[in-house]
Amino acid sequence: MSTQARTSGSGIPSTLTSGYYTSDRILFNVVGYLLVGLFGLACLVPFYLVIVASFTSEAEVMKYGYSLFFRKFSLEGYILSLKNPTLIIRAYVNTIAVTVIGTAFATFLATMTGYVLQRVDFPWRNKFSFFFFFTTLFNGGLVPWYLLCTQVLGFKNHYWALVLPGMFSVWNMIIAKNFMKSIPHEINESAIIDGAGNFTIFFRLIVPLSKPLVATLTLFTALSYWNDWYNCMLFMNKQEMWTLQYYLQKLLNDAQALRMIADKSGISTPFIPINAMKMSLTVIVTGPIILLYPFLQKHFVKGLTIGAVKG
Amino acid sequence: MQRPNSATQPLVLSASQAVRPPVRIPRLPFRKMLRKNASFLVMLLPATLFVLIFSYAPMGGILLAFEKYRYADGIFGSPWNGLKNFEFFFLAGKAWTVTRNTMLYNLAFIAVNMFLQVTFAVILSEVKGKVFKKITQSSMFLPFFISWVVASSIFYNLFSYEYGVLNGVLKSFDAKSIDIYANASAWPFILVALQAWKSVGYGSVVYLASITGIDQQIYEAADIDGANVWQKIRFITLPSIVPTMIIMLLLALGGIFRGDFGLFYQLVGNNGNLLPVTDIIDTFVFRALMSSADIGMSAAAGVYQSILCLITILIANKAVKMMQPDYSLF
Repeated sequence: MSTQARTSGSGIPSTLTSGYYTSDRILFNVVGYLLVGLFGLACLVPFYLVIVASFTSEAEVMKYGYSLFFRKFSLEGYILSLKNPTLIIRAYVNTIAVTVIGTAFATFLATMTGYVLQRVDFPWRNKFSFFFFFTTLFNGGLVPWYLLCTQVLGFKNHYWALVLPGMFSVWNMIIAKNFMKSIPHEINESAIIDGAGNFTIFFRLIVPLSKPLVATLTLFTALSYWNDWYNCMLFMNKQEMWTLQYYLQKLLNDAQALRMIADKSGISTPFIPINAMKMSLTVIVTGPIILLYPFLQKHFVKGLTIGAVKG
Repeated sequence: MQRPNSATQPLVLSASQAVRPPVRIPRLPFRKMLRKNASFLVMLLPATLFVLIFSYAPMGGILLAFEKYRYADGIFGSPWNGLKNFEFFFLAGKAWTVTRNTMLYNLAFIAVNMFLQVTFAVILSEVKGKVFKKITQSSMFLPFFISWVVASSIFYNLFSYEYGVLNGVLKSFDAKSIDIYANASAWPFILVALQAWKSVGYGSVVYLASITGIDQQIYEAADIDGANVWQKIRFITLPSIVPTMIIMLLLALGGIFRGDFGLFYQLVGNNGNLLPVTDIIDTFVFRALMSSADIGMSAAAGVYQSILCLITILIANKAVKMMQPDYSLF
C-alpha cells in the first residue's frame, strides 16, 4: 500500500487516487478479469456458434460438421424453414398470443391479490395469505394435476391449456404484496374518506404507484410464457397449436415430426436439411429475445430483487 | 402445478419487512363483515378459484397413490390397493436411485452455483473497467433468458457426435471424436456445468446488490489501515454478505428434492444409457405418467416427493427463522 493511498482520507476513496495499482491489486485484476472474462465468453460463444451454423448449408454440415467460422454463407436452413411457413407462422402467432394474454392476466391477478392481502384493514388477510401460501409448500404432484387438466377440464388440444396453468403465481403475488407494503396505508385511508371504493383505489392510486412492480412482473411472466414448452408438450397434439419452443423441441428430437414438417413444406423426404434447419429454427425461436435483450436486461436486473426490498 | 424454482421468477427473499402500525378492525357480526369486505372478496375471487382448482383439487388426487387406477372408473371408482404402489416404487422401482440423483445433483448445483456467483460478484464489485463490467455482466445474464429447449439445441451444436463443433475441432487436430451420449460418467459434470452456465449470471446479481449495500466507509478505513485487496475481501466483503449467502443456501436446500425438470428432460430425454446417472424424481414421474404404464405408481412417487419437499422446506424455514427472522418465508 503506497503512502499516497494512506494519506487520502478526505472522503475520496483512496482507490481513486494515484496509489491504486499496488501489487496485490494487479494480481487481483489479472485473476479477476481473466475469470470473469472467460466465463462471459463461455456464455456468449455458443450463441455465436449457433448463428454461424444457422447460415451453413446442409452439405457443408454433413462434410465438416458445425464450424467455428463462417465457411460459405448459405440461407438454406432459413429458406427451408420458411418455405412453406404456415406451421412456423402459426407457432409464432400462438406464442405471441399466449404470451400477451397470459401475461396480462397473470400480472393483473398477482397484483390485485397481493394488494388485498397487504391491506391492514382486511380482517381475513392472514387466513387468505396462508390459504395461498400453503400451495407452495405442498402439492398433489404431477399425476393428479395432469389427470385433472386432461380428464376434467378438457385441456387436450385447447388453447387455454397454454394460458391457464401459468395465470396465477403465488410467488409473484407475494412479491406484489411485499412491494405494496411500502406504500403508506394513509393513501388508502384518505381515498376512503374521499369516497373511493377499493377497486378505484387499486386502479387509480395503487397501480400507478406500483409501476416498477408491474413492469417487473410483466417482464418475468412474459419470459416464462415465451419460454414455455411444458404445457404445450403435455396438452397439444395438433401441429398447428404448437408454440415456438415446442416446435423446436420436436424438430430437435423427433425424426417423425420432422418428416411431417418437411412434407408440409413440399421437400422430398430423403433430403431434409435437418441439421441446417435445427440451427436456423433455433435462431428464429430465440431471435426476439436476443433483439429485445439489450433493452430488457437492466429492468430484469433491477426487478430481480424487487421482492426483497427491506425497510 | 406451481414450479417455484423454475428460475424465471424474481426472488422472494423477505416475507416480513416494514413494521406497520396495526389498524384496529372493529369486531362486527359475520354478515356485516362480509358486506363490509365484499369488494376485497371479489378481488380475491379469481385467484382463490384458481388455487382451489389447480392446487387444492389435485391434493385430493393423492388418493390415486393408494389405488389401482383405471381410466374408465376414474379417481373415485378405481379399486384400492393399499400401499402396493409405494411398495412397487420402492422395491421394483427406482426410488433410491432417483432420490439420490435428485439430491446429489441439487447439492452440486447449489455448491457450484453459489461459489461462482459469489466469486463473480466480488470480482465485479472490485474491478474498475466500466465497459468490461457491462459487457461481461450482459453476456453472463444472457443464458438466463433462453429456454432449456434452446439450450439443448446449443448443446447439440457443440457436442453432437457427428456434427458438433467440439468434434470438428478435434478432427482437425486428428484427435479421436468424443461421443458424449455414450459416456454416462461425463453427464454429472455436463449437467452441473450447464446449470451453472444458465444461472450463475442471474444469481450473481443478487450478491452484487448485497455487496453494493456495504458501507463504503468501512473500505476507506481499511485503506487507511493499509489493507490490501485480498484482506478487504476476506474481512469486509465476505463477512458482510454471509447473511445473504445463508438465506440463499437455506432456501435452495429447502427445494433439494425438487429437480430442474427442464434441464434433465431436454438434455437427456429418454436416453436409456444415461438414465441411471441422470434420472431424477421429476423425470421419473413424468415418464411413468406418459408411458401410462402405471398411473398409481407415478402418483405414489409424486406424493413421496411432495412429502420430502414439505419436510425440507419446513426445516429450512425453521433454520432461516433462527438465523434471521426477517427473512423467513412464513
